[in-house]
Amino acid sequence: MAGERETQTKGGARARGRTLIDKIWDAHEITRLPSGQSLLFVDRHFIHDGTSQAFEKLDIEGHGVRSPERTIGTADHYVPTRGGLAALGDPARADMVLRLERDADRFGITRFGYGDARQGIVHVVGPELGLTLPGFVLVCGDSHTSTHGALGAFAFGVGASEVAHVLATQTLWQARPGSMRIMLSGRLGAGVTAKDLILHIIARIGAGGATGHVIEYAGPAIEALSMEGRLTVCNMSIEAGARAGLIAPDETTFRYLEGRPYAPTDALWERALESWRGLRSDEEAVFDREVAVDAAAVAPTVTWGTSPEEAVPVTAAVPDPTGEPDAERRRRMQQALAYMDLQPGTPMARIQVDRVFIGSCTNGRIEDLRAAAGLLRGRRTLVPTMVVPGSRSVKDAAEAEGLDRVFIAAGAEWREPGCSMCVAMNGVDLVAPGERCASTSNRNFPGRQGRGARTHLMSPAMAAAAAVTGHIADARGLAPAAGDGV
Amino acid sequence: MEPVTRLSGLALAFPFGNVDTDQIVPARFLYRRRREGFADTLFHDLRADPAGEPLADFPLNRPEAEAATILVALDNFGCGSSREHAVWALVDAGFRCVIAVSFGDIFRNNAIENGLLPVALPAEAVGRILELLQGAPGQSLHVDLPEQYVRLPDGSRFAFEIDPAAKENLLLGRGRIAATLTLSCEIDRFEQAYRKQVPWSQ
Repeated sequence: MAGERETQTKGGARARGRTLIDKIWDAHEITRLPSGQSLLFVDRHFIHDGTSQAFEKLDIEGHGVRSPERTIGTADHYVPTRGGLAALGDPARADMVLRLERDADRFGITRFGYGDARQGIVHVVGPELGLTLPGFVLVCGDSHTSTHGALGAFAFGVGASEVAHVLATQTLWQARPGSMRIMLSGRLGAGVTAKDLILHIIARIGAGGATGHVIEYAGPAIEALSMEGRLTVCNMSIEAGARAGLIAPDETTFRYLEGRPYAPTDALWERALESWRGLRSDEEAVFDREVAVDAAAVAPTVTWGTSPEEAVPVTAAVPDPTGEPDAERRRRMQQALAYMDLQPGTPMARIQVDRVFIGSCTNGRIEDLRAAAGLLRGRRTLVPTMVVPGSRSVKDAAEAEGLDRVFIAAGAEWREPGCSMCVAMNGVDLVAPGERCASTSNRNFPGRQGRGARTHLMSPAMAAAAAVTGHIADARGLAPAAGDGV
Repeated sequence: MEPVTRLSGLALAFPFGNVDTDQIVPARFLYRRRREGFADTLFHDLRADPAGEPLADFPLNRPEAEAATILVALDNFGCGSSREHAVWALVDAGFRCVIAVSFGDIFRNNAIENGLLPVALPAEAVGRILELLQGAPGQSLHVDLPEQYVRLPDGSRFAFEIDPAAKENLLLGRGRIAATLTLSCEIDRFEQAYRKQVPWSQ
């Protein structure tokens, strides 16, 4: 691709300069085995309503929770987005929400249960409360924990056994990951967002392109992004297989954090700032891999297939497998097209959608809702459209700005916060079999949004454009409609 | 958790790449308790049509699948969601080992925690094994963890790499919590010093 290059460099040059991940790693290493695995201290551990099996393991093995004060719980995966817990119509799922509360309470862990003013998607709540801080090692039993790397924390998802290990010991055994820097030159064009950028990057390096590596995003295009945009980029690092995504903290980070409820204050804030300013890769640090991307060349990007790597500019057409020389890749494309019920050569902007989902830990923050509302203001949705704020505090902020009235006036549903239709776990927020959904979430895997559901990933503005046109559309082509007073 | 040492077992060709954990266990089954088991959820939506009719051409519906203990897949196996249920479903269905070109990082860690041996082999080696299994289904492979190789029925071998700590845990069949707790004094000492350096971490 024009303006993009990739170079491979040999590792082992760390002695000359340290990368950001090296610095965080070294500050948290309790001990290292001769085999190379390190025992890392964990600053912050988030749990949610899908963590019950880890508590089961603790109980079976007879362990307690070492540092309840470093552990924070919030209900997100199973919560209903309207009508209360009974609306789930399934006591087993409602009980997942309640089990978080019971497990947290018996170990003295602070938790934001269903209905709490601080409740929301764990990856939205952590940053907005200042629970996520630069330089932290932060883990959670959820793969999108990579989100928190946007604040300069080494943040990654783990499974239930490792959640139990962190609960019991406040540590985790880890092999040192490789380092990969994605240098983003230039600036995003008008109407092109952080979501388009990360979809473009994943399409370029592949769904397994960063496996075993921590990606550090750097360069002018990253520095120019808002904190919320950075959270979106780091969120989807896992969709390229990365262990974590990471952005060096800067003034944008500090402005975002200052005054947040759990952020340090006064003298401690000043001391923290001084320390955080040193959290950047040394000039002479050598990365195991370097990728260069020209942000100015990124277009609004949409997925056509069943892996986040299967994405193209909205101005392009559905790819044709017959043009793919590699037999295995050709077979995968054909399989994806069959599942998605798409014909090669169809312009992306002519694909009809059946519904729209705006929300998730990728795009459920206030800036995302503003972007969607900007397009929906004064227009009507042509297909069922659900807007789910990422947290109660995002919901409150949106309502204070009147965004809820914009959504409702456009015919969209304004819901309560939760993971909702991104993960289709609460049993009611589902895309029906065969339905095609324009979604601001992070995974277009077969069945992700419901059995037989067909997902096209895109930005909030693009999802809103799909809602008002009934098909995938280039949001840049839709001028703001005449205001109707809200 | 059963130790993993040397496995000789029937291998099942699963010639797909980017197999995500949503495919391995759909989200709607995740709320079960561990002891309830997840074998019936393994590849649930790929194995049968929505009416529950098994899809004959799906690998897990082949006659040899019932007795299979080794699954052979392509690249990026277990990518996506961190759900450990994906590993539990494979283990509960009798699998002891997955051979693939590469694995999702979280899946690989989850596998090791549950005595499921993840073996990464180069694409050419996996291609050859798949060719063999697809040509004559129902063949066995020998996977040797102590010596780190996979042996095919014709005697040819492919060596594999594995993290030494992961290997030790698999060989001993142990989870890590109890072992880490023996380091409690070291962890406490570290935290005390760390708090002085980073007092805003609490």
